[in-house]
Amino acid sequence: MIQVTNLTKRYTAERTVLNIQNLDIPKGQSFGLVGNNGAGKTTFFSLLLDLIQPSTGYIKNTNVQVDSSEAWKPFTSAFIDESFLIGYLTAEEYFYFVGDLRGQNKADVDALLKKHEEFFNGEILNSKKYLRDLSKGNMKKVGIIATLIGSPEVVILDEPFANLDPTTVHRLKTIIKELAQDPNVTVLVSSHDLVHTVEVCNRIVALHLGEVVKDIQTSPETLKELEAFFAV
Amino acid sequence: MFKHFISLEWKAFTRSTSFSANLVLKILMGLGALYFIVCFAILGTAVFFILKDEGLEPLATVNKYAIYYLVGDLVIRYFFQKMPVTNIKPFLGLPIQRSIIVHFSLGKTAISFFNVLHAFFFIPFTVVLIVQGYGLQAILWHLGMMALIYSNNFINVLINNKNSVFYTLLSVVVALGLAQYYGYFDITAYTQPFFQGMYGTLYLFLLPILLAVATYYFSFDYFKKNLNLDTGLAKKSDEARTENFTWLNQFGTLGTFLKNDIKLLKRNKRSRTTVIMSFLFIFYGLLFFTNAIEAYQNPMMQVFAGIFVSGGFLFTFGQFIPSWDSAYYQLMMSQNIQYREYISSKWWLMVIGTVIATLIASFYWVFFGWQIYMLIVVGAIYNIGVNSHLVMLGGAFVKTPIDLTMANKAFGDKQAFNVKTMLIAIPKLLVPMLLYYIGYTLFSATIGFLFVAVAGVLGFAFRNYVFTKIEKIYKTEKYATIAAYKQKN
Repeated sequence: MIQVTNLTKRYTAERTVLNIQNLDIPKGQSFGLVGNNGAGKTTFFSLLLDLIQPSTGYIKNTNVQVDSSEAWKPFTSAFIDESFLIGYLTAEEYFYFVGDLRGQNKADVDALLKKHEEFFNGEILNSKKYLRDLSKGNMKKVGIIATLIGSPEVVILDEPFANLDPTTVHRLKTIIKELAQDPNVTVLVSSHDLVHTVEVCNRIVALHLGEVVKDIQTSPETLKELEAFFAV
Repeated sequence: MFKHFISLEWKAFTRSTSFSANLVLKILMGLGALYFIVCFAILGTAVFFILKDEGLEPLATVNKYAIYYLVGDLVIRYFFQKMPVTNIKPFLGLPIQRSIIVHFSLGKTAISFFNVLHAFFFIPFTVVLIVQGYGLQAILWHLGMMALIYSNNFINVLINNKNSVFYTLLSVVVALGLAQYYGYFDITAYTQPFFQGMYGTLYLFLLPILLAVATYYFSFDYFKKNLNLDTGLAKKSDEARTENFTWLNQFGTLGTFLKNDIKLLKRNKRSRTTVIMSFLFIFYGLLFFTNAIEAYQNPMMQVFAGIFVSGGFLFTFGQFIPSWDSAYYQLMMSQNIQYREYISSKWWLMVIGTVIATLIASFYWVFFGWQIYMLIVVGAIYNIGVNSHLVMLGGAFVKTPIDLTMANKAFGDKQAFNVKTMLIAIPKLLVPMLLYYIGYTLFSATIGFLFVAVAGVLGFAFRNYVFTKIEKIYKTEKYATIAAYKQKN
């Protein structure tokens, strides 16, 4: 579970990009983060992964404060952008590398890859291409599946639906829903797409200029509510 | 239209992140360039008199070795001159004539430093020739030589990246050079008359000018034909093979990182260049040990050489740890990676590189005797024990992102210079030199060796302490490093 306390991030005195006083994400929740460009979604995830330093406050990931200890790393996985891929490896090598870091052997990783064979659509495994030469959509697929290796307890995906073709989006939603149903796994997803987010997440938080403006448990009316909010 | 291009170039130059970041660096680079210019200019003026004092006819001698000069120029261009293709894609969809785009790109290469530098040699030399009474034909000769330099420029555009062509040409020239050195066959006997003829006759200089025009035309044509996304401008992708290096599995986490590093070195232009440079460093010792240069004969400089011969990989690879991983640093920082093991694996990689270099350098034993080889071995011990730590300490502060796909900046990367790195460089080289010197003068050469070797072993004993320190630096510098790596040049 994730606990946010007094968290702010500002780059200059005038520019506060994130300001969340209090946010609690219980274990097993499927959490959606929506907002316009510049709302602070990626900033929040970067703070959660201790990639940037908070100006005030802190985040606790399963009772471990992320900027003072590294104990959260073994059970947390994330895919934010291309910088999470190693361009000169092939897809298999990358998966095995991540597996090594999470204590999975080759057989475990192979089993997971077999399970998601459909998701890859035959274009990624045995493709004779390094990750840097794959299309953007395929790179994303690799990154997303890599977050599933080793059964992590916290999975963070930044805009996973962007740049994916319709069939893949559908398959991805199935994957995320499956994760959402596992009470041991907390999934955090950010997106620009309200429809997809409402479908896969059971709680949605909307950010605007760095502040939480909506925090709702998903229900049949949620989509209308969000669309009304953003149709300014 | 050219006005637009020039204005764009200026904006690209002034707005690049490295421009604003470090004016001091730019000044240093400018000074570096100035140094080369002054060297060439002095050489140009002085070579006439030097050769005359040796009893050689200056123009004839210059013409004799001109062929090697030109080939050498081509080789250097091949490795270091940037090809003008980089930013053409945005222009393809705009209402600009393709021929204009190509003319501009090629024209850009014409004013490159690689061409201008030679002018600083040839102009003074020609002026001296005229003043010394060789007559105005010297100007014709000069025009011919400059035309050949420019032909080199466009030949490089044509053959750049075609390794097969280049290396065949290079081996032919090296073979001819060796043949001449050992007196079997003198190619310059055939080439000298041509260069001399550019001075002697009134028409021969036109030939190189025609050559320059021809090479420009051919490269223009080649360029224009390849100006589309599926041929010339297409991203070149190598066919990939999944390599699992299962023999490294026995080393646990160390093995995991080593696997990645081996692939890093094999599959990326920038890191491959480093490996080649390290290999060349092994031959650096030849300058010192063959009595070729007088200034290098004292024992201190010989230790300097000993360190460099085995230390090529250590210095060129080590100074950029962890920058090699800059493209995916965020991945490394958010995964379950013990910094200790990461640092350890890089250290082992450098040790292996140093040992391999020392073994290859054993030919020094055969040609120069065991004492020279001892210098190298002792240098290697010092490298492994002390310099490996220093190099990684320095690297932890240098926050330059590295684009693994670009080979260009591998040598003398301007961003690698910062005060901390320079300060750390002092114990890398000066300390062993001093130690050897003290041992040598107070006792004997053998004791000198011993001093340096013992220092190396002592450094090795401090390994854990240093690793802890480096780990701390990685942790404290983490945010700044991540932010710096996000900058795209």
